[in-house]
Amino acid sequence: MGKTIAQKIFNSHLVDQPFGEVNVLRLDRVFCHEITTPTAIQDLVARGRDRVFDPDKIKAVIDHVTPAKDAKTALQGKILRDWARRHAISDFFDIGRNGVCHAIFPEKGFVRPGFVIIMGDSHTCTHGAFGAFAAGVGTTDLAVGILKGVCAFKKPDTLKIEIIGTLLPGVFAKDVILEVIRKITVNGATNKVIEFCGPVVDAMSMEARMTMSNMAVEAGATSGICRPDRVTVEYLWPFIKDDYPDRQAALENFSRFMPDADAVYAEHKIIDVKNLPPLVTFGYKPDNVKPVSDMAGTRVDQVYIGSCTNGRIEDLRVAAQVVRGEKIAESVRAIVSPATPEVFSQALEEGLIKIFMDAGFCVTNPTCGACLGMSNGVLASGEVAAATTNRNFNGRMGKGGMVHLMSPATAAATALTGAITNSHLFEN
Amino acid sequence: MTSFCGTTLCLDRSDINTDEIIPARYLTEIEKTAMGPHLMEDLELEGFDPKQDLKEIGVLVARRNFGCGSSREHAPWALEANGIHVVIAESFARIFYQNMFNCGMLAITLNTKQIDRLFQAAAVSPLHVAVDVDTGKIQATAGPDTWTIPFALTGFEKALVQAGGWVEYADQNY
Repeated sequence: MGKTIAQKIFNSHLVDQPFGEVNVLRLDRVFCHEITTPTAIQDLVARGRDRVFDPDKIKAVIDHVTPAKDAKTALQGKILRDWARRHAISDFFDIGRNGVCHAIFPEKGFVRPGFVIIMGDSHTCTHGAFGAFAAGVGTTDLAVGILKGVCAFKKPDTLKIEIIGTLLPGVFAKDVILEVIRKITVNGATNKVIEFCGPVVDAMSMEARMTMSNMAVEAGATSGICRPDRVTVEYLWPFIKDDYPDRQAALENFSRFMPDADAVYAEHKIIDVKNLPPLVTFGYKPDNVKPVSDMAGTRVDQVYIGSCTNGRIEDLRVAAQVVRGEKIAESVRAIVSPATPEVFSQALEEGLIKIFMDAGFCVTNPTCGACLGMSNGVLASGEVAAATTNRNFNGRMGKGGMVHLMSPATAAATALTGAITNSHLFEN
Repeated sequence: MTSFCGTTLCLDRSDINTDEIIPARYLTEIEKTAMGPHLMEDLELEGFDPKQDLKEIGVLVARRNFGCGSSREHAPWALEANGIHVVIAESFARIFYQNMFNCGMLAITLNTKQIDRLFQAAAVSPLHVAVDVDTGKIQATAGPDTWTIPFALTGFEKALVQAGGWVEYADQNY
C-alpha cells in the first residue's frame, strides 16, 4: 500500500508503538522558546532530570517578549539562557541575534525534508513547508523531547489538499490558506496531517509555503506538509552544499519522502484558486473568512505587519510596494516587525525600512510580541487591528480587541486608508 | 483504581480556544499554579461569570473542538489549579487533548446525544459526575436522576493517566 509523506517520515523514525496504537518517534529537532520551555526546564530540574538528549539537536530562541518588558519576562529569558549555557546548546539566539522562532530556525537551515520536529508552540507546523513532520506540543511533550529525544503521535492520517488554478495578481499564499481554512473549517483537519500539493504550491517560494503551512493548525492539523522539490533544495543549498555533489543529488535524496503514486489519503480536496480574491477574517475564528471587498470600509485603529505567518522578506517587499511614496492614514497606527535580524538587514539594504518609516510606520525589532497581545503593540479594549498574523481569537492582541487577518498587501493598503481595503496590486 | 469526580460546569459553546481558557498575558508566569485565578477570565459566554461559576467545580462539559488554538499547557494547568481534572466534550483539539493526558488528567469524548443529556440535566439541577478510568464508565447524577455513560480511552491514554503523566511513562519506558 502506498504511503503519504507523513507515513514515510513516521516509518523512518519509529522507536516504539505502545499498545499498537501510538507512534513514539525519534526527534531530529527540538525547538525551544522562552514562554513554554522554562516550565519544562524547571520540571526536569525538580525531577532530578536536568539533562538534554542531544545539545546539537536542540535550538533555542528568546522571541515572544524581547527585549524583556518586565521582571517576569526577564526571568523567563534568564532560565532559558542559563539552561542553554549549562547544556552547551550552541544554537541559542539571544537579543540582537533573535527572531521569531518559525522564521529564524528555517532561515538558519535547521529544517530538512524528512525531519521530525517538535516545539512548545502551535505554529511549529510551519516547518512542514520543507517536507518535514513538524508539530506543536505542550510543555510536557517538550520536556520529554528535551530529555529523551522522543515524542508520541497518533497515526498520521493525511488530508491531501491540492491547490489548482493560477493566482490573480495581488493574491497571495495568505489568501490561499484563509480560503483552505474557510472551506475545511477550524477543526476540519483535527488529528490529521495536511499535505499541500498542486501547481499553485509548486509555484510558491519557500516563504509562501511557510505562510501556508504556518496556518495548518488553524484548521486543527497536526502538521501542514509541502512536498520537497527544487525550490526546497535551492533554499537549503547554502546549508547542504557540502553534503551533496550537486543539487540534483540532494533532490534525489529528499525524494525518499515524496508520497507514493498510490498513497492512501484519509481525504482529498481540490481547491481551485483561479478566481480567488484577497480575503480577510471577520469574526473570532480563523474560518470566518470573506473577500476583502465585502469588508471594505471597516475602520481599523492599528495595522500590524509581521509574525511567523507574514514577517519574512517577501512579505515586507510586497507591503513596501503598496506603501511606497504614500503616507498612512492619520487615524491609524502602523507597525512593521521584520521577523528576524536577517530580514531586518535585508529590508534595510533594499530600502524597505525607509519606505515604511517615510510612510509613518513604527518599525520594531523582531519579536512575536503583538501577535498574541504580549508586548510591542497590544490593543486597547474596543480597538480593531488589521494584522498579517494567524489568529483572530477574541482578545488575541489585547483584551476586548478585534483582529482581522489578511495578507501583507491588504494590511499595507489598509494602513494607507485607515479602513479595510484591497491593495492596488489586486485589479479585478 | 483511577477515578475522578466532581460537580460539573457546562459551557454551551464549540471552539473554546486556549486563549479563552488562559489569556497570553499570563504566559509570563512560570509557576503552574499562578494560572489559577485567571482561568477563563476572557471567556465571553452568556450567563458565565468566571469569578463565581468556577468555584467547587471538578469537571467541565463543552461542545465541539474544545481547546483549539495555542499549544499552551498553561490551559490544563489553569484547570488543575482550580481542581478541574476532567473535561468532557464532543471533540477536542489535538494538542489540548494530548496535554490533558500528559498531565495525568482526562479529556473524554462523548457523542452529541450524550453531551445534550448532560447539558439538559445541568440546566435543571447541579450535575455531579464520577469518572472511573478502569471500567470506562461515567456515573452522572442530577437531582433524582442517575445514569451511566460508557466512554472509550485508548490503552496508551489509560497508561498515561495511571502513570501520572507522560514524563513518568517515558521515564519508565525510554
